[in-house]
Amino acid sequence: MSHHIVEVKDLRYTYPDGTPALHGVSFRVMHGESVALVGANGAGKSTLLLHLNGYLAPKGGEIRIGDYPLTKKTLQTVRRTVGMVFQDPDDQLFMPTVYDDVAFGPLNLGLPDAEVENRVLNALSVVDTLHLKNRPPYKLSRGEKRAVAIASVLSMSPDILVMDEPTSDLDPRARRKLIELLKTFKHTKIIATHDLDMVVDLCERTIVIFNGRVTADGPTLQIFENQAVLAESHLEKPLGMQGCPVCSGHR
Amino acid sequence: MSGIESSFFDIGTMDTISRQDTLVHRMDPRIKVLTTLVFIVCVVSFGKHDISALVPFLIYPLFLVVLGDLPVRYLSRKVALAAPFAILIGIFNPLLDQELLLQVGPVGLSGGWVSFFSILLRFTMTVGAALILIATTGYNGVCMALEKMGVPQVFVVQLLFLYRYLFVLVDEASRMVRARSLRSFEGKGMGMRVFGSMGGHLLLRTMDRAQRIHLAMLCRGFDGNIRPFHPLRVRGWEVMYLLGWSALFVFMRFYNVPRLLGTLIQRFLS
Repeated sequence: MSHHIVEVKDLRYTYPDGTPALHGVSFRVMHGESVALVGANGAGKSTLLLHLNGYLAPKGGEIRIGDYPLTKKTLQTVRRTVGMVFQDPDDQLFMPTVYDDVAFGPLNLGLPDAEVENRVLNALSVVDTLHLKNRPPYKLSRGEKRAVAIASVLSMSPDILVMDEPTSDLDPRARRKLIELLKTFKHTKIIATHDLDMVVDLCERTIVIFNGRVTADGPTLQIFENQAVLAESHLEKPLGMQGCPVCSGHR
Repeated sequence: MSGIESSFFDIGTMDTISRQDTLVHRMDPRIKVLTTLVFIVCVVSFGKHDISALVPFLIYPLFLVVLGDLPVRYLSRKVALAAPFAILIGIFNPLLDQELLLQVGPVGLSGGWVSFFSILLRFTMTVGAALILIATTGYNGVCMALEKMGVPQVFVVQLLFLYRYLFVLVDEASRMVRARSLRSFEGKGMGMRVFGSMGGHLLLRTMDRAQRIHLAMLCRGFDGNIRPFHPLRVRGWEVMYLLGWSALFVFMRFYNVPRLLGTLIQRFLS
């Protein structure tokens, strides 16, 4: 059961226009871990995520997903293993109906029709959107779109879930529901986010990135207690850990 | 601004109409596409001075409107929207062709006028039939039927994506237009120059989005083929429907039904 490992070794990347993005990022995520990737805007989070499914090819360093190094040959296998949920669900839901969209991945895997149907219905009921299956994606609310986007990845039964800002643009209740849902997943999770309160709820481990380098990597609470590290990486303590401004009389 | 947004909702209306559950809506999309195709070919193939023989063809759109419970006013507005094109094509006919063709009491009707009306009639029927097809089948249904009938997938996928992202694009464009009009006063900043850069911006954004969509597709094992998952089934009576209508259209194409009726009545009276 040690397959669902993500290992990044000294990853370097510079965009074609010369903008440097990553200067040697290394970490190792173990099976079943839930890891947050936090960092200021432009720190390199998105660039890093794009490497994890082989969309960008590293200019230096190495990535291993499960038992495979990420190369052109293993790309298909890796993409099957790593399910990626994008920040804007409109980018991810491109088929005419919700059902078609969730079926897109399984059909590409070449599964038999009955199995596809099974997986689609399963994935939709996990995220509680079975009633939306015949609706066109553009008619859904933000929260519904997000849930369907997650279902469209779940239907491929990936071992590793990579998410970019899963809670952005959600109202508080939809956000809470999403966090509860993510808690029930047994996958290895890598979540890039600015929602540090969600990180406290969901991820036992946090990796902080700043200017293309890992500035901290360790247990979430320990990192968020470390004022020096946060300041250095242009971050702030999660609101939930900041003490109440009304009760403590600061304002 | 309101122009963009209201036409956006209009597309939504079409979508809602196509989601109704009537006998026509439930029919296999391929049957409807083929029937409409035969209809359009028959209507278009008439000579330029034919009017009377065209009139019986109205039965097909009327039949669908009634059976499919379609809103007539909405559809006729849509047809009217495209009418300027047809008018432009035919508007010079009355000037070019002044030979007297028809004498109704004191008014003489030249061949140009007759062919002009014939064009308008044919235009109304073909565009109407196409709109009715979409209103009873839905855009996606039509695309699906085309794909199943062997239209290359590249085109079908283009059409599907066009439709899917039209909504996103219109949304984005109307947000930009709104932002601009909220910061422009007394007509300043509304000029062509600003429009140009807005268009460019929109294009860049579109390209970015296309890239992200492609990435999302790759992540889910896209290999150049989209595999549709809709087992379509043609039932026996649907084939009869197609054959029946086609036979009627071909009959009405070669026999002028109103004239036939006329001679029949004359013979009956004499």
